[in-house]
Amino acid sequence: MTMQFNDETFRGDYTFRNSAAAIRRFPFPFDRDGYMYSVNIEQHPGGPAGSPFEFAFDVDEHYVAEMKDREITLADDPMRCQSLPHMELAGWDLLELIMVSKARDYPELFKLNRDGNAWHWINRPLGIDKTFTFLDPTTLPCGPMEYITRQAQGDFALLHEREGNLWLDAGMVTSQADWSLDFDVGMNFFEWHAPVPKARKMGVFDKALKFLLAVTQEQSYRRLNWTMTVNPRLDTSPENYHKWGPEKRSITPANVGAKQFLRVELQTFWRLPRSNALAFPIRCYLCNLEDIATQPKWGRRLHRVLRDIDPDLAEYKGFAVNHEVIVDYLAQFDDGAETSPGIFPD
Amino acid sequence: MPNTKFSPSIDSRPTYAGLVSQGAAPGIMVADAAGADALVDLASADSSVMDRAHVLLVGAAADTVSRIEALHPKALHGAPDLEAATPLVKRLLSAARMGTTLYLAGSEGLMGHVAALATAEGLPLEAIQMEHRGTVARRMQCVHCKGITEDVTTDPFTCSHCGLTLFVRDHFSRRLGAFQGVCVDAETPGVVPDAQEIRA
Amino acid sequence: MSKLALKVTEIEALSPLVKRFRFEDPAGAPLPVFSGGAHITVEMPDGDTIRRNSYSLISDPHDGSGYEIAVRREDRGRGGSRYMHTRVNEGDAITVSSPANLFQLDLRARKHVLIAGGIGITPFLSQLRQLGIAQKPYELHYAARSRDEAAGLRLLPDAAHIHVHISDEGARMDLGAILDGQPLGTHVYTCGPEGLISAVADQAARLGWPKTAVHSEAFTAPPPGEPFEVVVKSSGRTVQVKADQSLLEALEAAQVEIDYSCRGGACGRCRTHVIACDGRILHNDHWLSEAERAEQKTIMPCMSRFKGARLELDL
Repeated sequence: MTMQFNDETFRGDYTFRNSAAAIRRFPFPFDRDGYMYSVNIEQHPGGPAGSPFEFAFDVDEHYVAEMKDREITLADDPMRCQSLPHMELAGWDLLELIMVSKARDYPELFKLNRDGNAWHWINRPLGIDKTFTFLDPTTLPCGPMEYITRQAQGDFALLHEREGNLWLDAGMVTSQADWSLDFDVGMNFFEWHAPVPKARKMGVFDKALKFLLAVTQEQSYRRLNWTMTVNPRLDTSPENYHKWGPEKRSITPANVGAKQFLRVELQTFWRLPRSNALAFPIRCYLCNLEDIATQPKWGRRLHRVLRDIDPDLAEYKGFAVNHEVIVDYLAQFDDGAETSPGIFPD
Repeated sequence: MPNTKFSPSIDSRPTYAGLVSQGAAPGIMVADAAGADALVDLASADSSVMDRAHVLLVGAAADTVSRIEALHPKALHGAPDLEAATPLVKRLLSAARMGTTLYLAGSEGLMGHVAALATAEGLPLEAIQMEHRGTVARRMQCVHCKGITEDVTTDPFTCSHCGLTLFVRDHFSRRLGAFQGVCVDAETPGVVPDAQEIRA
Repeated sequence: MSKLALKVTEIEALSPLVKRFRFEDPAGAPLPVFSGGAHITVEMPDGDTIRRNSYSLISDPHDGSGYEIAVRREDRGRGGSRYMHTRVNEGDAITVSSPANLFQLDLRARKHVLIAGGIGITPFLSQLRQLGIAQKPYELHYAARSRDEAAGLRLLPDAAHIHVHISDEGARMDLGAILDGQPLGTHVYTCGPEGLISAVADQAARLGWPKTAVHSEAFTAPPPGEPFEVVVKSSGRTVQVKADQSLLEALEAAQVEIDYSCRGGACGRCRTHVIACDGRILHNDHWLSEAERAEQKTIMPCMSRFKGARLELDL
C-alpha cells in the first residue's frame, strides 16, 4: 500500500490532523503511571511492525507537510541550520545513513543507486531526482547535512567527540522544544543541557554522556522524551517565542482537548563511521489530548502522570500555566482502573 | 579588588579562575581599565611574565597605560574600544604559535568577545586565562533578532536592536561570547517585571 | 557484540617481524567504513579459549572492500601475535569486530603532527589517508631502531612532510625541534612505546601546549604473567587464569558475562568492581588514575593481573 501524505499546516490555521492509524502508532512515552527523568534507552531500530520504532528513520503521513514547514522556517531564519567547518564529513555520514536506510526501508518512496562515489537519489514524495558525487559538496545545492535533513523529519544534532565529551558542532533545528541552535552550537554536552533543572544534580547527564561515548557503529539506540505544546506547532523555538508565546495562554476548559498537544521526541543515537561523530536525530510527534484519550489506557495514564508531576518539571517543560486545566480535562478519562505495563495501547 | 566571585550557577555560565603566570612564555594580554589591575598583580607575582607579552589595553586612561608601561611588556598597544581592538587581536593571534597564553582581564563582555575570537583562530580553550574585574555588566545576545547588546546592567533590559524587552539568562555561549536574552513578556505582551540591577 | 565473519585474503611480510593481513567478506559484500585511527578486535580460537587482540586498521578508511592490519610478532607476549604469524593462512576464516575508534583525529586542528615509534605507525596509516582525502596539513615523524624494525616504510608515501628517523643510522628524533613553533591550532598525536608517549607529552608541556592538543595511544596487548585465580561473586566460582591468558580471556572462557571494547586498557568498558582483594593488583591499563590503582577497588580485566591470596570480582 502506498502511503498517503496529509495536506496540512503547522502554523497559522493549524490544519494538522492525525488519522486513526497515526493515533494508534503514536509513540506514547509513559510506560507506567508516573514520570521522573530516566535514561530509558533501548536498541534501535526495532519494534512492532507499523510502529515508529520499526525502521531507522520513520516516515509517516506528515512527512511532506513537515518538510514544507521546515522550508518556511529556514527561509525566514537560515541560522536554524549550522555546521562548524570540521563537521562536513559528519554531514556526509548522516546523508549516507539516511539515504541508505530510507531506500532500504521504503523502497516504494525512495531509491538510491550508487556506483562508487557517483550517487543517484530519488525521493518520490518530495519529487526529487538528483545525481551527485558523494563527498564532493560542490555537487549539492547546499551542505550534505542541510541537503538530507531538508528531506528527513525531525531535528538533527551532530556531536563531535573530543576530550571525553561530546560537542554540539552542527545541527538542523526547526522543530525544537525551546532551545536555540544558534546559541548552543559549539557547546559541550553539559553546557548544552545546563538549563535542564535537577537532572545534573541527579547525575543523569553524566550517565547519559558515558553511555553515548560508548555507542559504536554496530548498534544504535533510542529513547523517548516529551513535553507539551499548545497547537500543533513544530517551530516552538526561542527565536519566535514572542510570536507563539501568546497562544500558550489561549487554553480554556472548552478547547484544551483539541488545542493541547502531547509532544513526543523520539531521540536516536548513531555512531557515524567516517567522522566518528554521533548523530542525534530528534523526531517530533504531536497528538492532542482528545486523540490520546481515544486509547483508554493512555487517557488514564496521562492523567495520573500529569496530576502527580514535579512542579519544577511542569515549569521547565513550559505547561505549568495550563497544568490545572489539562489535569481537570483528563480526569474524565481516568476511572481508576489499573493500566497495563508498557507504552503500547491495549 | 581581587577576581570577582560569582554566585554558583548552571554549567554553561563561565567561571573565571584568575590569572596565573606561565613565566616568560609568549603571551597576549587584553584588559580594560579595571582589568589592568589584574595585569599589575600578575606581574608583581612574576615579573618575567611580561618578557614576551603583547599587552593590549582597551579604553584605558593615560595613567593606567603608564602603570602597565612600567611593567616593561615586550609591546604595549591601546585601543579606544573592543571594536577598534579586534583587528589587532586577530593579527596577534594569527602570528602566534602553540604555547602562547592569552590572558584576559576585566569585564565579562571583553573576555567573552576576545575568547570567542581566539578560539575561532585556533587557540585551545585551555590556553586562555581569565580574571574578572570591575563591572558585572553583561554582553547579551537577543535570541530573537540575534543582535548583541553590550554593557547590560539590568534584568530585564531592552534589546538595542529590535527593542524587545529581554530577561537575562545565565546560559552563555562561548562561541558568541555572550549571555542569552529572551523576551520577558512573550506570553503576556506588556506585562513586564520591574528591572533589577544585575549582581555577581 | 555483532561480529564480522571474514576471510583472510592476503598475508605479506613487511619486515622480518611484521606481517600485513588483509580480510574481506567471503561473498565480497562491503564492510563498514571507518575513521582514521580505528581498530578491530581479531578472534583467535586456541583450544578451549578464544584469544582476542585489538589491532589498528591500516587500510583506507573509506574503502569497504577489505580491512588490513599489521601485526608485529612478540615472542614474549601471551601468544596472540604468534598465533597470527604461525597459524593464520590465506583463505582461512577469521572473525573480527566492527571498527571502533579510541584514537581519532581532532578534525578542528589547523595542523596535525603525527609521531610514531616502531609498530606504533599502524593507526597513522589510516589517518594519513583520511588527512589526504580531506587535504589537511600534517607532518609525520616515524622513529625506529633500524630499517628492519620500520615495517611501515613500505606502506608510506614518499613525501616531503613524512620524516623517517632511524636511530641505528644516527638519525634520532628531536622532539623539541618538531614541536617548537607549530602554528596555533596544531594537535600532536603519538603512538608507540610508553617512553615515547611520555617524552612527547613532557616536551609539549614544557613548550606550553595544553593537554587537549596532545593525544596518544599505547598499542600494548595484554602481557603474560604468572597464573592466578579469581572468584566470581554471582556464582561463587573460582576461575583459573593461565600464564598466557588475560583475566578477560579467562572470564570469557568460563562463560562469565563481561563487556569490552578495546582489550588494550584504553576504553574503560571492561572496568570491574573488586569485592575483596587480599594481595596486589598488577594494573597494566591506561584507564584508571593513580589514586584508583592504589585503592585496589577496580580492575581492568583486559590488561591487569593479580598476585596474592584472594581476588573477588563483582561479576
